[in-house]
Amino acid sequence: MRYLPLTHDDRTAMLARIGAKSINDLFVDVPSAAVIDRGRFALPDGQGELEVERHLSRLAAKNLSAGSAAFFCGSGAYRHHVPASVDHLIQRSEFLTSYTPYQPEISQGTLQYLFEFQTQVAMLTGMEVANASLYDGSTATAEAVEMARRITRRAKVVLCGGLHPHYSATISTLAKLSGGEIIAVPRRPGEREELAHLIDGETACVVVQSPDVFGLLHDLRPLAEAAHAKGALLIAVMNEVVSLGLIEAPGAMGADIVAAEGQSIGNGLNFGGPYVGLFATREKFLRQIPGRLAGETVDAAGRRGYVLTLSTREQHIRREKATSNICTNSGLCALAFTIHLSLLGEEGFARLARLNHARAVLLAERLSAIRGVELVTQTFFNEFTLRLPRPAKVVIDALVEQNVLGGVPASRLFPDDSAAQSLLIVAATETNSTDDIDSYARALAKVLS
Amino acid sequence: MSETRFSKDHEWVRLEGDIATVGITRHAAEQLGDVVFVELPEVGRNLTAHGEAAVVESVKAASDVFAPVGGKVQEINGALTDDPAGVNADPEGAGWFFKLKIADRSEFEGLMRQGDYDAFVKEA
Amino acid sequence: MTMNNQGRPTTAGISGATLPPTLSGDHGLDHEEKLIFELGRDGMCGVDVPEAPAHTARLGGIERRRKIGLPGLSEPEVVRHYVRLSRNNYAIDTGLYPLGSCTMKHNPRLNEKMARLPGFSDLHPLQPQQTVQGALQLIQELMHWLMELTGMPAVAMSPKAGAHGELCGMLAIKAAIAARAEHRPRVLVPESAHGTNPATAAFAGFRVDQIPATGDGHVNIEALRAKLDTDVAAIMLTNPNTCGLFERRILEVAEAVHQVGAFFYCDGANFNAIAGRVRPGDLGVDAMHINLHKTFSTPHGGGGPGAGPVVLSKALAPFAPLPLLVSDAHGLRLIEDRSALSGDSDPFGRMCAFHGQMGMFVRALSYMLSHGADGIRQASEDAVLSANYVLSSLKDVMTAPFGEGPCMHEALFDDSFLNDTGVTTLDFAKAMIDEGYHPMTMYFPLVVHGAMLIEPTESESKESLDRFVAVLRGLAEEAKAGRLERFAGAPHYAPRQRLDETAAARKPVLRWTETKIAEAAE
Repeated sequence: MRYLPLTHDDRTAMLARIGAKSINDLFVDVPSAAVIDRGRFALPDGQGELEVERHLSRLAAKNLSAGSAAFFCGSGAYRHHVPASVDHLIQRSEFLTSYTPYQPEISQGTLQYLFEFQTQVAMLTGMEVANASLYDGSTATAEAVEMARRITRRAKVVLCGGLHPHYSATISTLAKLSGGEIIAVPRRPGEREELAHLIDGETACVVVQSPDVFGLLHDLRPLAEAAHAKGALLIAVMNEVVSLGLIEAPGAMGADIVAAEGQSIGNGLNFGGPYVGLFATREKFLRQIPGRLAGETVDAAGRRGYVLTLSTREQHIRREKATSNICTNSGLCALAFTIHLSLLGEEGFARLARLNHARAVLLAERLSAIRGVELVTQTFFNEFTLRLPRPAKVVIDALVEQNVLGGVPASRLFPDDSAAQSLLIVAATETNSTDDIDSYARALAKVLS
Repeated sequence: MSETRFSKDHEWVRLEGDIATVGITRHAAEQLGDVVFVELPEVGRNLTAHGEAAVVESVKAASDVFAPVGGKVQEINGALTDDPAGVNADPEGAGWFFKLKIADRSEFEGLMRQGDYDAFVKEA
Repeated sequence: MTMNNQGRPTTAGISGATLPPTLSGDHGLDHEEKLIFELGRDGMCGVDVPEAPAHTARLGGIERRRKIGLPGLSEPEVVRHYVRLSRNNYAIDTGLYPLGSCTMKHNPRLNEKMARLPGFSDLHPLQPQQTVQGALQLIQELMHWLMELTGMPAVAMSPKAGAHGELCGMLAIKAAIAARAEHRPRVLVPESAHGTNPATAAFAGFRVDQIPATGDGHVNIEALRAKLDTDVAAIMLTNPNTCGLFERRILEVAEAVHQVGAFFYCDGANFNAIAGRVRPGDLGVDAMHINLHKTFSTPHGGGGPGAGPVVLSKALAPFAPLPLLVSDAHGLRLIEDRSALSGDSDPFGRMCAFHGQMGMFVRALSYMLSHGADGIRQASEDAVLSANYVLSSLKDVMTAPFGEGPCMHEALFDDSFLNDTGVTTLDFAKAMIDEGYHPMTMYFPLVVHGAMLIEPTESESKESLDRFVAVLRGLAEEAKAGRLERFAGAPHYAPRQRLDETAAARKPVLRWTETKIAEAAE
């Protein structure tokens, strides 16, 4: 086996040093009834690289990859171009194969990029502090709700109608453990969120997604005011952080906590994971932040350096009193985010956002010009919702035959909502050429004719 | 006229009239190492004897501070929030945590005197 | 004879100790690197993004009005910056990584290559399911491997890391108890447990009740029995345990727990000791998370991403969270919503968006296929052999509190061999850095004083283990001989000396800000 360096002779010599007759002597504590024979597994024996590669390539070939079709899916995961240097750098051995930086003297590489990541996330979101990442946007949002409930010591959680349903479900999973009461606002695709009347003195937080799951942009300011008037916190959620290159930062619009999916920057689609959860808040809530934090300090020689800090909030110290049971962050995905954003810089990021918006505007114009197709979201970033004259799922399946992955039918997200049957959620990014957009418009016209 | 007693959880209480000042002992502060954060109870909160009252954190450990006697919080030492090092500098003086108006003096009487506490620490 | 004295000198230079400090602040290959925000300039960009064509904006009046503050750098500058940062990290690829309970084994690059096949990496989670049948098949194959290796009938794939998997398992237990309309608020956790266990139990809404260990590092069954009652929901037990021992009375534990109607949650962090040899299902386990980033070699990546699928017993299987993967006449299908459920399925909810850490699934399956069932067994045996080799080679100079019998895949030492030397566990571990090694896990588990937990994994050659043993023996002897200079304030040869964690915690600085630069300049 190519990954195992011990030879038969090595093993014999090592057993001799230990004073064991055979490897079985080392497993004496295992009840003999529980030891099983090699042959008992319905599993194959080992294979060489060539065979493994052949098998997995065959599985991969059965899928229609986004790059081999005209591709327009979003709904929480976006296809952007990731520069080659990003993937090269994150595969550096010293990044890829290192552990959590608990030994700061020999982990400054990881700690410094986490510090840079935290700074970038705080800057983008317009907040004062950010953590070193959580698993993904959905778990970051659920953690934000738990944090708001700890801070306010209140039970009620108001979820806007445009919140991604997977996020709502993730929030519910955690909130019901701690006695949270979820108030879900009815969905009104393409319309402003009216939830001020649901906020009262028992409300811990209001969770608003913008752009929302239908692509609609929301001005957070009136919602923040309504929340703050009752002593509740505003949690701003984002699926698509590239939007921040063009629209106002949630921190500048009054958000108290920002929870977002950071996949769009530096990370591929990967069929849903791994992604990277962004989490930022006000400095006054510092001690309530879940997850890891990198902080600046000095070493014994007075040189600037970085450490994981405030770890007393975390499970390995606090045990049953931790702010969260989170252990892992999403280190390498955070690194990809940081490198990609560093490459883009202020100007590149703003240009990228404008290009995304321009593509989506063009696509929306082209598609909504087709007879029977109505644009539901009037203001959007790079994603919008269409109402089709036929069930969207049927249309999307027909588009696959034209080599178009034309978006996500709302019925995939809201299967029990009959009003959602005709809605199609469509995203466009810089990866869509004008040809792609033409192909889509032609194919949709054909499928609907 | 004041009198100081000690708990097995390493808190000290100094009683003046019915006002009890509470902190952690010098021994506890030494064991903790450099204190980096102190979380104090809200003024007005009613604490029960042996109930959780505050949290004190060093770099590697977080410990609960218990109320050695019950009562209502009258005042907290806000200086510790800004400068937690005050706990290490003068744990049994300027590093006090909070003041309580006690309800039951017998709870105080049940605590150890200095000599007993010193012996208790030595044994452990 | 003509003497050529113009060539380069062939004698070694003078000792570095007497040299003046360098002018640049750098030292040969060691470069001091600023923060990215202190580099670059306005207007520069490392990606050629075209300007958007003319369009009518539809942003609804919430355009960004102020700058973000990101620096502008070209591609070569960004590449150099992050390559330089990387060189300040220790990594498995650069040396033995003896972190107990972390399983820092070799990360095969084939896994990386496979995960990057566009047929996996360039798939959207909500594409029509007929276009992702190969991806679903990959998940199904991985599920088969996990269920076979553990002897369990079901597995939930969506948890994103070990602790997330623990939560998933405990929520399945909670749901099962609710379905039986029982009230069981208490969860038993041994004091040797990893911190995530009590944190998870509390997070899941249970009250944590600790069980003591016996003097020989095993869970105390008598104490356990005394605490077992019909208000106990579960026991959370790590096996092999955090002392590096297999709980030899595990079958009795399972029986006692099941007798009162409680469940047995097993922390699978140490599965690498027994994979391919012992099936947790045969030990009476009801739920166990599997850290794909430990046992199945997906990279740790400096702290994630991980993946923590949870295998479940028949009793817990119906409560597995959404989404579920099913196979029918049309092929494979994800059930993403309660409305599409059939049979006795009653999911407790959803752990996260989408379907789990696909990128990690590909890597883990690539590892499993490479090893095969035979190779996985061999890997576990080698991991256990290597840990025992280290234990046997060191226990005369270091102290092994449970070193009478064999250990599993990690060897536990305590600090009593350092008594009266003036050297602490921390000093000893930091001195290892100067010797070119990452320290072992320190001060964990909590049940022994000054714990040092060494897990060499199966990835080390005998030569590598011998060298490691020789260095640790040397350090132990130096400490006992009172030669403290190599311990006090160690490490001396790392990119940084010890960092002031107290200052970092008292006045947290968690981000760079421009004003700090201005202050510094004044």
